[in-house]
Amino acid sequence: MDRNKWIVLAAGLITGMIAVALVKMGNPPNMGFCIACFERDIAGALGLHRADVVQYMRPEILGLVLGALITSLFTREFKTRGGSATLVRFIMGVFMMIGALVFLGCPLRDVLRMAGGDYNAVIGLFGFIAGVASGVFFLKKGFNLGRSQVSRSQAGGYVIPAVVTFFLVLLVLKTVFNPTAGGPLFFSKSGPGSMHAALWLSLGAGLLVGFLAQRSRLCFSGGIRDLILVKDSTLLLGFIGVFVGALVLNLVFGFFKAGFTFQPVAHTQHIWNFLGLYLVGITGTLLGGCPLRQLILSGQGDMDAGAVVIGMIVGAAFCHNFVLASSAMTKAASGAITSYGGPGLYGQIACVVGIAIMFIIGFMFREE
Amino acid sequence: MEKLDVRGLSCPIPVIRAKKLIDQGCTEILIVGDSAPARENVSRLAKSSGYQTLFITDEKDNWELEIKK
Repeated sequence: MDRNKWIVLAAGLITGMIAVALVKMGNPPNMGFCIACFERDIAGALGLHRADVVQYMRPEILGLVLGALITSLFTREFKTRGGSATLVRFIMGVFMMIGALVFLGCPLRDVLRMAGGDYNAVIGLFGFIAGVASGVFFLKKGFNLGRSQVSRSQAGGYVIPAVVTFFLVLLVLKTVFNPTAGGPLFFSKSGPGSMHAALWLSLGAGLLVGFLAQRSRLCFSGGIRDLILVKDSTLLLGFIGVFVGALVLNLVFGFFKAGFTFQPVAHTQHIWNFLGLYLVGITGTLLGGCPLRQLILSGQGDMDAGAVVIGMIVGAAFCHNFVLASSAMTKAASGAITSYGGPGLYGQIACVVGIAIMFIIGFMFREE
Repeated sequence: MEKLDVRGLSCPIPVIRAKKLIDQGCTEILIVGDSAPARENVSRLAKSSGYQTLFITDEKDNWELEIKK
């Protein structure tokens, strides 16, 4: 195995272990890292949605962007570029978030959920693979959102890093702009948003994984895409590394619990687990990278990826304001099931519409 | 020699374009690019397809790769 593959595998292993360590230190179960969930929490902290159980300015996300920024400046890969169908990418970011919140996690969390014994995540993986395969179909037909241009000024590439730095300052100072309303920043008092590791640990984990992901090009849609497209398993090793790293620590800490029911922050509606990640898979493939990869690219000057990240945060706000996000399976104190969870009607419609829109974009942006 | 410009193209379009020329049986291709991941992916594809690779220019944001079979 060549050096490059070892780097990707090691990056995956370390990321998987850090994720479970974050759970041990206070993050929600099977959610040491989740790009979609954490961007949704950030949308909540900013008051863009008012679902009071999912509001926190997640330092992991801020750290990922800043880690990618610092690394790319050192390696001289930081370069401000953009202009490749930016508005379309923004809309695709919105729908990528809708897919993720119908499933209840991004592809990274899907791997972490599987490593925690959540069988629903395996259904999600099948959907994700099918979505990536659909994206590859369009790529083979000549899909292209257009060339990006290197920007005349480097300033634009610093916008997303500057925004997350500002958010970090607000978090450190625990700023509350409107004390009567209780925020922003809003902080959950119960639910997943209230569960988090200490700020500096989360930030450090984000910086480290930002460095690893920038160097290794870790990308979950890319792993499956490259295997289908050119039989190249390099990026897939990152996927496998995260799974193995998280599985080992889950077993060590006693977090592993196999089954479909009562998995943490998960539902058992198979069709929506499948279709949710199907939407993420096709969107990520057409965009050129999964939610994690978009975040990393946004830290190294890619303004189009920055538009995807902002689209995802706006999409998260839509998800909770318009009741598109799935709910988790819940039980009463007696152990009886009180809700099977899953998306409501609006979430189901939004997911299917999102898939249809990706097909339209896939056809419309073909080059002959 | 075929010339392929992959500057500014999102992942994995540089690889798809290069693979298309390889599958057409081109024995000499000059590929021009401007991102490090595209550089790594295209040169990996060329090597795994049995081509020799030679960088004419090799900077992170500006590279020219000649591949020959």
